[in-house]
Amino acid sequence: MTEGKLIKAYGDALDDGAAQVSFTLPVAAGPLAKAAAESLAQSMGLDQAEVVHMSSQGEGFSFFVVYGHCHHQIDLSSLQYTELELGDMDFYEINDYIRDNLGRKLTVVAACTGTDAHTVGIDAIVNMKGYNGEYGLERYPWIDAYNLGSQVENTFLVAEARRLQADAILVSQVVTQRDVHIPNLTRLVELLEAEGIRSSVVLVAGGPRISHQLALELGYDAGFGSGTTPRQVASYIAREMVSRKLGAV
Amino acid sequence: MKLQLDTSLVKECRQAAGKIADEVQRFIGPRSTQSVERTVLRLMGVNDAIDGVPLANIIVDNLAARGELGLGAAYWLGNACKQLGLSPQEAAAKVAANELDLLAIPREEPGVLRPFLQELAQPGLRKIVDNRRQREQMQQKLKMGPAPLLYVIVATGDIMQDVPQAQAAAEQGADIVAVIRTTGQSLLDYVPHGATREGFGGTYATQENFRIMRKALDETGEKLGRYIMLVNYCSGLCMPEIAALGALERLDMMLNDALYGILFRDINMERTLIDQNFSRVINAYAGIIINSGEDNYLTTSDAVAEAHTVTASQFINEQLALAAGLSPWQMGLGHAFEIDPDLEDGLIMEIAQAQMARQLFPDAPLKYMPPTKYMTGDIFKGYMQNGLFNLTSVLTGQGIHLLGMLTEAIHTPYIQDRYLAIQNARYIMNNARHLKEELEIVPNGRMQQRASSVLAKAAELLSQVAEIGLFSALERGMFADVKRFRQGGKGLEGVFIKAAEYYNPFLDHMKAMLLDRGLKND
Repeated sequence: MTEGKLIKAYGDALDDGAAQVSFTLPVAAGPLAKAAAESLAQSMGLDQAEVVHMSSQGEGFSFFVVYGHCHHQIDLSSLQYTELELGDMDFYEINDYIRDNLGRKLTVVAACTGTDAHTVGIDAIVNMKGYNGEYGLERYPWIDAYNLGSQVENTFLVAEARRLQADAILVSQVVTQRDVHIPNLTRLVELLEAEGIRSSVVLVAGGPRISHQLALELGYDAGFGSGTTPRQVASYIAREMVSRKLGAV
Repeated sequence: MKLQLDTSLVKECRQAAGKIADEVQRFIGPRSTQSVERTVLRLMGVNDAIDGVPLANIIVDNLAARGELGLGAAYWLGNACKQLGLSPQEAAAKVAANELDLLAIPREEPGVLRPFLQELAQPGLRKIVDNRRQREQMQQKLKMGPAPLLYVIVATGDIMQDVPQAQAAAEQGADIVAVIRTTGQSLLDYVPHGATREGFGGTYATQENFRIMRKALDETGEKLGRYIMLVNYCSGLCMPEIAALGALERLDMMLNDALYGILFRDINMERTLIDQNFSRVINAYAGIIINSGEDNYLTTSDAVAEAHTVTASQFINEQLALAAGLSPWQMGLGHAFEIDPDLEDGLIMEIAQAQMARQLFPDAPLKYMPPTKYMTGDIFKGYMQNGLFNLTSVLTGQGIHLLGMLTEAIHTPYIQDRYLAIQNARYIMNNARHLKEELEIVPNGRMQQRASSVLAKAAELLSQVAEIGLFSALERGMFADVKRFRQGGKGLEGVFIKAAEYYNPFLDHMKAMLLDRGLKND
């Protein structure tokens, strides 16, 4: 439907390229700062860039809101992207699916690893209460879920996964300042490979800055970002196990 | 604007919380911890570190390993000072260099040594009181903004980058700046030494970092004609040590919850409750305002269903704070604006909760936390959510207002995120400054009913906890849906029973001054 079609950002007329950006410059607010902001916006591809708002943010910093017309256009047919096939199964259907296709309970081990102490994501997916009105994995009769909590060492997570004979491992990373999560996530993959169990588990990463694409690049099977519900994770794990013929009895 | 609160029910809440706190205090009395002892050494002037290990840790670990901590670290170091004519720092440096064994020298009788230990405690005590007086004088001269005071965080992970961000925030209008610690510091059983330029989601809390930021904010405050308050985190395994360092470097506020470490960092409950007591005594003595962390409950529990746990915890935190000598003006009891924004009439419930907290603790500044759980990455919606939060805060007269960031859930705040947050709060709070004086709450209306129901549930929860005790309540998961076991968690090995002749010259002196009100604390 979109083959060969070029598109631009849209404001109030097709192909007007209208876009807004806001940013800070480390320059005191004034005519020089304004000229700098316009110039920067032009370099970003915004034609007729207009500083609609400039204010001082304290000594030596100024804040800008800029509107302009972005001249870049995108050929939709040239794009490559990955998207997770998220099942439309509900709580009951997922449990039935596991029972009918695997015939035994799934074991899921989850943790917030490294120095990260933010469990809000992993708790939302795993804990009984769940998220946004959906039950967490602990509530699924056909899933045995273990939430190891925060600041879990990768080595401990791997040991627990072995001990519990996990079918799937969920890793949450919330603090991502200066990309601290990347080496930490990579390390887990290396450990699992060294233990020879990488290919026999479904490995999933989650967190506000985790995309499916990033997770694939790091050697995970899937990545889930903000707004993910327990149901999406559960149905993904179940389907993945079936399609990879993991854990059949 | 006033809610009608059942005064007999409020009294029941306080009595139950008082009973809970009494039980905890009876437990704390005969015990100390390694962190408490390190704090004593630091207050005696023991500073510095060797290969990253603080001298205070070297000495306490040494005494603990040989089973000799029962008398308290002050006795052993003080004895060495007396016998050898050394200062505490000199003696500590010799121990660290293996030139002195504290157990291998002649020993004074503990009772006889006490006056000498009191003398050794004097410079540290005096420094803290001087800081307190200096703060009072500066606040008189420079003034503070009107409540709710605007509180922002800086979290670059590098103290040298934190400084310009904090100064810019103050210039933008922030009254209070918190320097966030690196994720994971709460689980370190030592306080790192020196200025630090690393960390994630913040950098280390160290004495040198405190000093650097204090100096920077004093300079900015002078320039702006406003006193800028500095905050850090008095929690984790080094709770009392951080309190001591904050008192020595004139911090103004400390995150200092009695239960937070137990619930959210899995620190052993006995360890935390003993540590929190000494840390709060120090904060009380130093004139520091504490912030409790009830807002965190609502990140794991539902803000509508579990609102009463926040209220109940505020009562418990209040009673534990009173037992440590804190005055009501020093109690920034926490709560948060965390109700699902898609809920019809959610704002009514938020206002009911905030107004109830205001009336239950009329002399406490109250620490109000912004929406975080339902911030999505839609920054425009987030800015609106923060607007309603700001309105609720000014309408209910909150004291300490942590500004919500429109980029919550995306990244640690950029400079412009803080700027926009301050602009949002200033606009709304100025525009609605006296709205609370012009409105009345409908008797038996939705807001009134919501408050009454939360209060009744809080009273019920408190009476249950009072019956079984706080330790059992934590084991049963009665707060934040988190279960902790009495012997579980980190740091229990650092707890010990005091010997009959145990002495902590700071704890005794500070408590005496606070409880007799020899120290002006109003």
